[in-house]
Amino acid sequence: MRSRLYLWVPLALFAFFAGVAAYMLTQEKDEFVQSAMIGQPLPDFTLEPAYDGLPGAAKTDFVGRGPRLLNIWASWCLPCIAEAPQLEALQARGVEIIGIAIRDRPGDVANFLARHGNPYTRIGSDPISEVQLAVGSSGVPETFVIDAKGVIRYQHIGDIREGDVPKLLAELEKAR
Amino acid sequence: MTAEIGLAALWLAAALAVLQMVSGAFALRAAEGEVNALAIYARPAAVVQAFLAVLAFIMLLYAFATTDLSIKLVASNSHSMKPMLYKLTGTWGNHEGSMLLWVGVLALSGGLLAGFEKRLPERTMGATLAVQGFVALGFYAFLLLSSNPFERLPVPAAEGIGLNPLLQDIGLAIHPPTLYAGYVGLSVAFSLAMGALLTNQVNPAFARVLRPWVLGAWVLLTFGITAGSYWAYYELGWGGWWFWDPVENASLMPWLAATALMHSVSVLAARDALRTWTIMLGVLAFSMSMLGTFLVRSGVLTSVHAFAVDPERGAFILGLLLLYIGGAFTIFALRAGAVAEGKRFAVASREGALVFNNVMLSAILAIVLLGTLYPLLTEAFDVRVSVGPPYFNPASAIFAVPMFLVMAVGPLLRWKSDKPARLQIELGLIAALVIGTIVLVSFFGQFPLLPLLGLGLAAALAVAAFMPLRGRKLWRVPVATWGMVLAHFGVAVSLFGMACEGAFSQERLAAVAPGGTEQIGDFSVTLQSVTPVAGPNWTAIEARLAISESGGEPVILYPQARSFWSPPMSTSESALLTRWDGQLYAVIGNQAEDGRWQIRVWWKPFVTFIWYGGLLIALGGVLAIAGRVKVDVKRRTASTKGAERRADLEALGASPAPAE
Amino acid sequence: MIRWLAAFFIAILALPVAAQDTMPPAPYAYSQLDNPQLEAEAAALMHTLRCIKCQSQSIADSDAPMAGDMRHQVRSRILAGESPDEIRRWLIARYGDYVSYEPEVSATTWPLFAVPVLIVLVVAGVLLRRLGQRRGSSEGQSS
Repeated sequence: MRSRLYLWVPLALFAFFAGVAAYMLTQEKDEFVQSAMIGQPLPDFTLEPAYDGLPGAAKTDFVGRGPRLLNIWASWCLPCIAEAPQLEALQARGVEIIGIAIRDRPGDVANFLARHGNPYTRIGSDPISEVQLAVGSSGVPETFVIDAKGVIRYQHIGDIREGDVPKLLAELEKAR
Repeated sequence: MTAEIGLAALWLAAALAVLQMVSGAFALRAAEGEVNALAIYARPAAVVQAFLAVLAFIMLLYAFATTDLSIKLVASNSHSMKPMLYKLTGTWGNHEGSMLLWVGVLALSGGLLAGFEKRLPERTMGATLAVQGFVALGFYAFLLLSSNPFERLPVPAAEGIGLNPLLQDIGLAIHPPTLYAGYVGLSVAFSLAMGALLTNQVNPAFARVLRPWVLGAWVLLTFGITAGSYWAYYELGWGGWWFWDPVENASLMPWLAATALMHSVSVLAARDALRTWTIMLGVLAFSMSMLGTFLVRSGVLTSVHAFAVDPERGAFILGLLLLYIGGAFTIFALRAGAVAEGKRFAVASREGALVFNNVMLSAILAIVLLGTLYPLLTEAFDVRVSVGPPYFNPASAIFAVPMFLVMAVGPLLRWKSDKPARLQIELGLIAALVIGTIVLVSFFGQFPLLPLLGLGLAAALAVAAFMPLRGRKLWRVPVATWGMVLAHFGVAVSLFGMACEGAFSQERLAAVAPGGTEQIGDFSVTLQSVTPVAGPNWTAIEARLAISESGGEPVILYPQARSFWSPPMSTSESALLTRWDGQLYAVIGNQAEDGRWQIRVWWKPFVTFIWYGGLLIALGGVLAIAGRVKVDVKRRTASTKGAERRADLEALGASPAPAE
Repeated sequence: MIRWLAAFFIAILALPVAAQDTMPPAPYAYSQLDNPQLEAEAAALMHTLRCIKCQSQSIADSDAPMAGDMRHQVRSRILAGESPDEIRRWLIARYGDYVSYEPEVSATTWPLFAVPVLIVLVVAGVLLRRLGQRRGSSEGQSS
């Protein structure tokens, strides 16, 4: 009967596939693309101010001074409006947030901040997503925790909900 | 009322599927040559079921045509302002509707099989119908329990949400119905294969019954894939015609299996060889159809969230897969050993070549399957990878290149055993064409390896396709042989188009001010003006492009950038200038701040040959069906005549003899 | 492909949630390099890079703003003298293997290359058994 064993191969292959597929169905589908830069130093960059209210941003703004948040956002992004209160809450807890505005115009940035609050100390303008690509971010909004050595320690994808604030604070503490 | 009638028809059809399954199974309990009293209900159940399923589909079609907004599916996928054609085609532009189409075709092919197929032994037929009913039952359950297309809204919607603008195209009228008919036509091959395996009737007579179904499904698949490729090409606005996207692969895999099956079933019919292999492919082809349905509708693969992704539905389909594919493979493993060995043949024979190419097709299928499912496997370990053209192209070429070479020679070989020395001239010519073309083309420039190989193989195949006709009286060549010649020639044509597109395409992207001219190949493209235009459910900006070839009389193209308002979304409507030797493809993009317009223009030499080839292949399949049917009818009338004559003779001879 | 188109639709539908920006595209998003040799290199590379935002398209086939910005990166880096391989590695360092349609042999992708080799062996074995010994062929084995 040994020669007949290969007749079971199709069934075995199918069973393997069905097992993987069944496992995947039970998993939460993660549509986000994680940055591969976590644990890596922030790439060098220098960005012009996104509007005349605040200075622009550069890598040097992160190095040597405590863990900070790098918030990648845009005035045209609706989830960014949703996360504005959480950013302000973080700022109220003493967290320094440096923003990078993606494909944005100074007037729109100023309007957005006037309407939804301004939690930032600096905002750099990234009109062609250069820095966004350099840190491995795949959309807006995204928030990175950068430690005092300028190393990327944590990435939060999507808008920050109320429940995410303690997690971010904990990550900031860890990066201290 | 329409929704209620449709729903009732579906429930009734499901009940009949149970009857068909049980009654068909009773046929297995009948002794050889006898009919079980309970087995007589299978055929009528299948036929009535087909009527009911089609009725349900017509009811949904009617609801979409009249935009019945009290039905949830209509409200969430249609819009009263849509043109009538897109209201109708929108019926299957969503999960539930397309699943109903799928089930309708499934029931219809089951009904046709039950109504018209009289050649098989009753036991085999009973088993086949039982399997067909079993498969249909699962999909009825899926439709009724988790994807009811006739669900009413508590309060009718004021207006529908509308249909994805990309789907508001004649392509939606052609591509999905043919593709589905092809997918589901393979269900009959599946049921027949299971029926023959269960009753141990894997023989040439069974192959002759199986063949028209396989050919028919294969023609529809070929046509559907060709139409879909052309549709994606002109609709998506970037000139690509095949992306190795998981969903495209899901349609390619059943085609590969069906192509192999079609050839092996011919060997079984003509030579009584490849018995187990044919059964395996019969199971595999429909399994690939179902696998595609699972991948597309469960959302397990990235990009395949075509229809509202719902893990519950995914689990349901996976359950069906386990039942049908798992069950079929189990029966295969248990029973295939009992199938007697078929006729023998030599390496250098028609069968030998067909076996070789069957194995090659299966290997390509394995590559496509692996590349498509691999990201799913790694995601189970939280690693995300992408597998795309740079993998699929060379990996499948490893097997495709030898396959094309053998395909050129195979039809020239004799059945059972042949001497390659007999074909020295032909073999020499084929080799010379491959090498000559590659050398000649390389002389004109540096081109990537795969298109170069493609050109060489296309040249050789185009000539070799007609070699089987050499030395034969053309009007006496059977129609089915013409079908093979045409289909093989179609492969050459398609391959030529793909290779040319890959090697010689030119691209021009530019920001052009009105009045400005760009040059691409021999064409000069002048942007004469950009004007706003409006359609029934969209507004657009339309460019007027004057295309002049080598300074000749200009032709005007009107590419558009459309904005639909329900759902809100924009599309690029490309404009095509078709010449015999290629296509000019023009798209209008956004306006820059300095007032210039983004235009994208491609010159794609012989790109149309890809789809001409596809059509030729499908046409070859149609001829093969026609030829087989002709021969069958002839044989049947001949045998009835013969039987009548024998009866007459017997009557004559018997009358003088005294009765005992 | 209907379903594929539909997938595309969902991806685009997601955009209104994130709204659209009104900024002009990056300089090299929709413009070619002047040197045809370099442009050919860039185009070949772009066809094998995945648009991160649109999930199932290469950056050479997408109108998404992010795809445009990625095209700009590719063209400007090619122009600056980087090789396509370097650019691919730069992107993989940021987005992982996901960004490249061209899988490379690694700890996670080796089966993609081992299996075809295995298939070649199985195919050779099957053919030798089926055809080599002039035997009949009732049994077959899909690889």
